[in-house]
This record gives sequence, C-alpha cells and structure tokens, in this order.
Amino acid sequence: MTVTASTDLRACVGIDRPGIRAEGVTKRYGRTVVVDDVHLDLPLGGVTALIGPNGAGKSTLLSIVGRLLAADGGRVTVAGLDVATSRSDELAKAMAVLRQENHLDIRLTVRELVTFGRYPHSKGRPTGDDLVHVEKALEYLDLTGLADRFLDQLSGGQRQRAFVAMVLCQDTDVVLLDEPLNNLDLRHAVAMMGRLRDAARELGRTIVVVVHDINVASCYADTIVAMRDGRVAACGSPAQIMQPDLLEDIYGLPVRVHEIDDQLIATYYG
Amino acid sequence: MTVTSHPTRTTPPAALVGGVVGLLVLAAASTMVGVADLSWEVLWVSRLPRTVALVLAGAALAVCGLLMQLLVRNRFVEPSTVGTTEAAGLGLVVITLLAPGAPLMAKMGTAALFALAGTWLFLRVVRLMPVRETILVPLIGLMLGGVIAAVTTFLAFHRDLLQTLNSWMTGDFSGILIGRYELLWLVAGLVVVAFLAADRFTVAGMGETFSTNAGLDHRAVVAVGLTIVSVVSAVVVVTVGVIPFLGLVVPNVVSTLVGDNARRGLPWVAVLGSGLVLACDIVGRLVRYPYEIPVGTVMGVLGAAFFLVLLLRSAPRAS
Repeated sequence: MTVTASTDLRACVGIDRPGIRAEGVTKRYGRTVVVDDVHLDLPLGGVTALIGPNGAGKSTLLSIVGRLLAADGGRVTVAGLDVATSRSDELAKAMAVLRQENHLDIRLTVRELVTFGRYPHSKGRPTGDDLVHVEKALEYLDLTGLADRFLDQLSGGQRQRAFVAMVLCQDTDVVLLDEPLNNLDLRHAVAMMGRLRDAARELGRTIVVVVHDINVASCYADTIVAMRDGRVAACGSPAQIMQPDLLEDIYGLPVRVHEIDDQLIATYYG
Repeated sequence: MTVTSHPTRTTPPAALVGGVVGLLVLAAASTMVGVADLSWEVLWVSRLPRTVALVLAGAALAVCGLLMQLLVRNRFVEPSTVGTTEAAGLGLVVITLLAPGAPLMAKMGTAALFALAGTWLFLRVVRLMPVRETILVPLIGLMLGGVIAAVTTFLAFHRDLLQTLNSWMTGDFSGILIGRYELLWLVAGLVVVAFLAADRFTVAGMGETFSTNAGLDHRAVVAVGLTIVSVVSAVVVVTVGVIPFLGLVVPNVVSTLVGDNARRGLPWVAVLGSGLVLACDIVGRLVRYPYEIPVGTVMGVLGAAFFLVLLLRSAPRAS
C-alpha cells in the first residue's frame, strides 16, 4: 500500500500541545527558497528524524528552530516559547542545539567542554549538582577515559561524542542534533542512537535529529519527517514513511524496503 | 558514580603558587635595580611605583591579549597587531593638538575612544574579507595599524610632536614616579572584571553558535570585552607607552600549558604577563648599565621573534 504525501502531512499538523510547532516557516537566500512555508507539529517526547536529499532544507529548518538562524517568515514555538522573541537564556534551559560543523578555535578539555553544557543553569559557577550531570554525560557517551584530554588531541568521532555530551548535559526537554552520527564508527553510532532513544523514552525528552541513513531513521525514530525542496514531503511513523514509492519520490532513485528481524530496511544500491 | 575532584576549580594548583612566588622574587629584584642609592625615599617615590606599574601593566596587557584572542577567535591578535594601540596613539596626538592642556583623564578617555574605534574598524575589515584565513587576520591588523601609525606620525611631524609621540609609542617605565602611574589601578579593576566574566569570554570564544545555544548574547560579550581591551590599551599607552607583543606571547604559552578555558588560564596569563614585563624591564636596566633600554624595545625584539615562531609553527596546521 502506498501512502501519499498529502495524507501523511496531516499526521504532523494540529497536534495538541506539540513539543515543537512551525507555522509557515520560510527562509530564502537571495532568490533561492531554502525552506518553503513549512507547517509542522512535532509531538512532545520521542525521537523525530528529519530525512531527505541534500539541499532539502533539513539543516536550515533545524537551525531556525534552534534560533541559530532567523526565519524570513513564519513562527516557531518550542515548548510554548516563541524562539524569535523569547529570552535566549530562558530558551537555553528548554532547548539545546548542535550544528553539523563544529570547529572550536580554542583549546578545551573534554570535561571543560561538557561543563559548558551546564552554562545556562550555572552561569559559569558549576555546583555539585552540575558536576554530577557532567560526569553522567561523560559516562553516557563513553568519554570518561578521555575527559581530561584536549579536544584537539581527539579523533573526529571522539570530538563529535564530546559535543553531543555537552548538549545532553544541558539537560533540556528539547534537543536538536544535526547529523550527530558524523564521523562515528558503527558501534558508537548505534550506541548514540540507543542513548538518544533512551533519553526520549525514559526522560520524556523531545529529540530531533537530522540523519542521512534512512535505516537509522527507520530503526530508532518514533516519527520521520521527510523533506524535499524546502517542503515537508511526508511525515509519519517509520512504517508509514518506509514505503518504496514514497522514498523513491523523495530521493529520486529506486528504493526497495525489506522487513528483516522486525525492522524495515531500505536497500538502494545498484 | 563518583565525581572526580577538580583541583583547578577550587584551589589553585601548586604550580600557580610557584608562579606567584617567582613573580614576587622578580618584583623584589626589580626594586633593587637602579643607579640611585637605595633609600626609603627612592624606594617609596620611584622604585615601588615602578614595580607596581610593571606588574599591573604586564598583567593587564597579557589578559587583554587573551580576551582579544577569544573574542576575535584568532590566536595571532592582540592590541598591537590589530591597530588598537596605534589608534590610541592617534587619539593622544589629536587631543594634544586640540587641547594641549587637557587633564590626564581627558587624554586617556580620548585615547580609549580612538582605540575602540580602531578595534571596531579592524573587526569590520575582517568581516568584509572574502576568505577568513587565520594568518590573514593579523596581517590585516598589522597593515591597519601601519596606516593609523603613518597618519599619527604625519600629524605629529607637522606639529612638532614627534618626540612626544615617540615617548608614547615605546613602552618605558623609567619615568614612573609616585603620582604618575596611579591610572594603572583602573586597569587592575578591569582585569578583575575580566576574571569575574571569564566564563562568558570562553563561551564567546567557542563562537556564535555555541554562545547562542548557551543563551549568551555574543555581540554584547564581544562589545564589553573589546571595550575593556581598548580602555586598558589606552591607559597603558598614556602612562608607560606601548609594550608590543606581550598579549600575544603570554596567552599562547599559557594555551599550550593549560588550554584556553579563561577561568583556568587567566590567573596564569596575569602572573606570567607581570613576570615577563618585570624580567624585560630588569634586562633593559642591566644590559647597558647605568643607561636603560626601554622595556618596549626589549619586548619588541623578544615578541617579534616569538610571533615569527608562532606563525611558522602554525603554518602546516592552517593549510
């Protein structure tokens, strides 16, 4: 059965008390419209995966929701707070955001970096409670042994884990991560997605990730939002989105979907 | 789960205590060097003020170097490599021409305003650059500083102020007497502010995205930080003259030792900054005893060599 995009879209608008709500969000660079009138409600709690081809507007949308980028039109609310008008330090206690490219010019140790995740709460004077959060986040991402190393002495994957640890340490209800699996090997990628799913299920966090691998989205997300050309092309549960026709339509190449060990796995290689 | 202790956060590490002791020894030595026979009067009127001025100016300039490096996010910037110092000098010449009898505070204020404008101009130019190559940033700054210095020299030359200008542009503590250095205590106050806001500066040093995520107003922190840098530069130029490269050498050494977390690094930067200026001043007083070589000259030679090493060492990393 093929689910058409239009029916799917209804799954993601008009939710009662959404964790994140985007209303008519638009972003242009010159004449190019990168995000085109996006209306989207994401439920409170759970993992949402943003998928789609390059240039679909995923990262731009995530940056707008995370108030790292101002929209040209529309409105975004996170946990009821308008991201364009609310105080940034209040938002920092409700939402944490990590971009895809993270380059630090300054030398910090892993523990120092993660401790800065507590900045919105501690304003630079970490209490014992903050330090407990820091150690927990380090342990959570398998970084305890690397805690006193400088970031410039780590591999790309280790650094990526340190950045995610920092963002999780911020202890916010909403967490936005752009390509958190960048540079991670299989074991750490699987561990990271497992941790994110646990945080969503056990702690009720609302986690939004941009991922490239649709099978990661299929196996770990509660909701998948598929974007194409700056618009939401489809939105729904993995079972609703993991449809050959729909995926082919989004990515522009033939995709087969198989059920393997109760998981929906897409294959698309020649 | 156990929480490991963080000695750097609660108590200063033993090494830092050692650094402070070393600084005190240097300071004591500094009061002992000189042509005049040591008497209580000489000590009180000349030697002690000179040593205090060295300690304050050294700490403040080094701290300013670190602030600027965090806020501009470039390892090679400090007030004397981006035009801030030169702009302060221009301000001094302008106020001297317009109001020769202006009180010291008015001169300092004008110099600070010019320093701020110079720093702002530098940031504008850097933002306009199509490529933000790490090494290009200080080169632009040095060129900008060169242009400002040329304008200053031109003005001074026409109005017969070259000698006065020269005394401002070369850091020299030999003229420090009681009653002629106290403005530097203002600088000490600004260093304390930098200590209190250390974490803000570190977060700002992580860049705009991280700052926004942490709920920090990046622009405001940059504005406050660069104002501190400008005022300190102006005060130091007015009271002792330019001490080039100090803000470059010290923070870079500290960065390799303890990293760039300002809360951890600032005490080191302040102590080593004071120590280095004290040492350079003592060297300058001994090399051609009983004559003096200005500290700015000693530091210029040392700092330029260090700057070169730093540029060469970073070249493979930057590519």
